[in-house]
Amino acid sequence: MSSNDHIELESVVIRFSGDSGDGMQLTGTQFSNTSALMGNDISTFPDYPAEIRAPQGTIAGVSGFQVHFGSNEVITPGDEVDMLVALNPAALKANLGSLRKGGTILANTDAFTYKGLEKATYTDNPLEDNSLSDYQVIEAPIDSQTLDTLEDHELDLKNKKRCKNFYALGICYFLYHRDITPTIDWINEKFKKFPELAQANIATLKSGYHFAETLEAVVSTYKVPSAKITPGKYRQINGNTSTAWGFLRAAQAAKLPLFLGSYPITPATDILHELSKHKNFGVKTFQAEDEIAAICCSIGAGLAGNLALTTSSGPGIALKGEAIGLAVTYEMPLVIVNVQRGGPSTGLPTKTEQSDLYQALYGRNGEAPLIILAASRPNDCFHMAYEASRLALQHMSPVMLLTDGYIANGTEPWRIPDVDKHYNEIKHNLIEEAPANTDGFKWIERDEVSKVRKWAIPGTKGLEHRIGGLEKDYHTGDVSYDPINHELMTNARKEKIERVVDNIPEQELEGDSSGDLLVVSWGGTYGAVQMAVKQLQKEGVRISLMHMKYINPIPKNVPTILKNFNRIIVPELNGGQLINVLKAKYSIEAIGYNKMQGLPFKISELVEEFKKAIQ
Amino acid sequence: MTELNYKKKDFASDQDVKWCPGCGDYSILSSLQMALTKTGTKKEDIVCVSGIGCSSRFPYYMNTYGYHTIHGRAPAVASGMKVANPNLSVWMITGDGDCLSIGGNHFIHALRRNIDINMLLFNNQIYGLTKGQFSPTSKQGQVTKSSPYGSLDRTFNPGKLAFGAGATYICKTLDSDPKHMTDMMVEADKHRGTSFIEVFQNCVIFNNNCHQEYTDRKTRSDHAVYLEHETPMKFGKEGNLGIVLEGLKLKVVEIGDKYKDQDLLVHDKHNKMLSYLLLSSHEENGFPKFYGVIYQEEDETFNDQVAAQIEQVRNKKGEGDFNKLLFSGEVWEVK
Ligand SMILES: Cc1ncc(C[n+]2csc(CCOP(=O)(O)OP(=O)(O)O)c2C)c(N)n1
Ligand code: SF4
Repeated sequence: MSSNDHIELESVVIRFSGDSGDGMQLTGTQFSNTSALMGNDISTFPDYPAEIRAPQGTIAGVSGFQVHFGSNEVITPGDEVDMLVALNPAALKANLGSLRKGGTILANTDAFTYKGLEKATYTDNPLEDNSLSDYQVIEAPIDSQTLDTLEDHELDLKNKKRCKNFYALGICYFLYHRDITPTIDWINEKFKKFPELAQANIATLKSGYHFAETLEAVVSTYKVPSAKITPGKYRQINGNTSTAWGFLRAAQAAKLPLFLGSYPITPATDILHELSKHKNFGVKTFQAEDEIAAICCSIGAGLAGNLALTTSSGPGIALKGEAIGLAVTYEMPLVIVNVQRGGPSTGLPTKTEQSDLYQALYGRNGEAPLIILAASRPNDCFHMAYEASRLALQHMSPVMLLTDGYIANGTEPWRIPDVDKHYNEIKHNLIEEAPANTDGFKWIERDEVSKVRKWAIPGTKGLEHRIGGLEKDYHTGDVSYDPINHELMTNARKEKIERVVDNIPEQELEGDSSGDLLVVSWGGTYGAVQMAVKQLQKEGVRISLMHMKYINPIPKNVPTILKNFNRIIVPELNGGQLINVLKAKYSIEAIGYNKMQGLPFKISELVEEFKKAIQ
Repeated sequence: MTELNYKKKDFASDQDVKWCPGCGDYSILSSLQMALTKTGTKKEDIVCVSGIGCSSRFPYYMNTYGYHTIHGRAPAVASGMKVANPNLSVWMITGDGDCLSIGGNHFIHALRRNIDINMLLFNNQIYGLTKGQFSPTSKQGQVTKSSPYGSLDRTFNPGKLAFGAGATYICKTLDSDPKHMTDMMVEADKHRGTSFIEVFQNCVIFNNNCHQEYTDRKTRSDHAVYLEHETPMKFGKEGNLGIVLEGLKLKVVEIGDKYKDQDLLVHDKHNKMLSYLLLSSHEENGFPKFYGVIYQEEDETFNDQVAAQIEQVRNKKGEGDFNKLLFSGEVWEVK
């Protein structure tokens, strides 16, 4: 086989896997960045161990990074893995289940020692007992080859050993015809101050590449042509960064200072990390003593006229419940981000789930409605964070934005938007200057149509007023325990949220407006659901997708869409939360498809379920 | 800023004040209204933030901006507000239950950060609004509705707790001495950092006369030392009592043959060790209470530091440019 003799593939999924100290996240990121630069569409998903320092070499300590790259649109990190890079036996054991039959394994033979196998709970060496006969195995003594390569380098042993991930990366670059120069440039930039490290890493990368070259007689190489992608400038982004940037931009568009009150929790913390970096945008980030303080200081900042934000995950949102109710009754703008993870309680911190929809809708005392949005994919988080800010400010209401661990940590290319054109102005209700005549000012006075009040903030002369959590008189805003008034106010708060429908886009439908099956999904399952629907549409099935991003209120045209299909299926990574909301609201019949394994949907399982639903 | 000629009534809202007749809260309200005529702060820049409890109804009665929030969380709301807009004069109103039970965490962290707010703790050693359960400041053994056989909880000393949390301003005053209260509020307003004022407040309904020996006009002079900076600690009806330092302990002495005026301990509000002794002392039976500014220290405030850090980063990186951020790192073009 000559070097331009290769197999052309539409898309490939590689999973880099090793011990949490092996640098797998970095390796995967380099591979995906290179692929993006080479014109492929990509989607990635990092998979961290739950324990920071699980014992080395054990299954609990396995860290993975999955890259899906292709010549067509790629919107999920992929169902099944085509190639598994296993730097130790534990990585092999933990991931073999997701490797497709016939897939490739790159195994670091140096790690398959008696001790290594024992830690991975293998009784026999899988490289020797024929148990991998369904796969194509590339055996490479990565540890020793790395050390041999670096024999003449002035570096201590520990640092030499650390280079092994680049050896593995070099092998993959050859196998998939990747250009190694972007990574060499990256290494040079990264280790500018440590030239010995830069040289060692580059040498190891090249050495892995050449090792694979000599292997070519035994294994095939693959090419994935560039994808047909909408022209424009692109960058990689993960969901949490995308979310953070959406808020940064929204604050600029609203001409308000941004304030984030937060308390660290997986998988939401990176939003706090990201915003903390951008102090030169005037962002104030407040790492509070707990989640309650985090939301309460945001409420304080919101009352003082900032675009106020608090970020957390399910358990933290539970603590914030009482304060969210306060913001509801204050009728003040506040954005609450819930990066969902598996529950209940601390549940599965590093795994994904969609089980906080009920919490968002009902997780407070009293009738306390708010606006609920859900982002659909990593790069959509930017848009939805902006939308959440816009709606909070324009409707004087808390908005809960739901994302999840899967899209928060997943990355994909993002066509950089023209923000000056599309994300440039958020009008709101802040009374910026004291009116000439403040007589008769009532903080609670509502706009007749939208039911929204004005936002009067401390520092504005003549608008002094008092608000509390106690029920307020509809007309004066003073404390009132009048029964009829309470009902009036409860309805007013509800109606205010309902009228948000006039300020959100209509529900989109992918596919024909009628047919045999309507798939209704929401949030971070979009990628997999959309791929499954597309596949069946290609096969001629009369199936359409209604993926929801605006969940409370629900867009006006949804009932019409629902009516036009013979059957409805609602796939969710929970026990059936959206489906019950839809059933209660629209009295529809629908089938649920529910998965609660801390794992995202696979396209293949959805295809199967959708087919079953039509029969 | 004397052009702000506010009268006390300018700070009274149009709401009926609904505390029980005789409640100590009335005189605290009136004292703050009085104090605010003297601080020179514009009315629109004043905000009262409270938690939940009888005392926390306070903001409704003030004609300033006011936020009645949730139980125990006023320190957090006030912190966010001050950091968001450092120009505001934020007065946090709280009760002993609100502040030291449910809100204990937020209380200590606001003090630790030294956010420039004024905290008024109304200490009536009982839960008033929920109708009389013991609070963290109730005396051990106190019989209340939730402790019919006497409470077992040991008592919190709010001043010492504040001291331990790193408070830069600790002061004590009493509801039956409006003049002293007013002075203390004006002083607190001048302090840059968290000013913590503990007010001994009487709950006529559930804990009547709990501070009586300290607050009753007839007896209090024998039980209360009014501290003044750089002034000897002298008290008593006839001014015949004083405090001296013996070893590492404070001692009450009679001025006469053995002890002269010049032997008395002189108050120094900047002396941390002395403040600690003063805060700890009244736990011992029969010891007088100390009123006034017990401790004060100048230190940077959190809100100033937040603003300064933003400036610093701006100077270093330049004003944030969103398009630059979008195109930072690796960007590629698809044609
Ligand atoms: C989350 C929550 N828990 C409990 C209560 C009930 N509650 C209201 S006030 C209060 C105690 C207030 O005591 P204190 O702070 O001493 O104030 P006082 O009424 O004595 O002024 C309690 C327990 C509540 N409102 N919210
Ligand atoms: S119950 Fe006590 S604290 Fe509450 S208003 Fe009445 S007297 Fe005041």
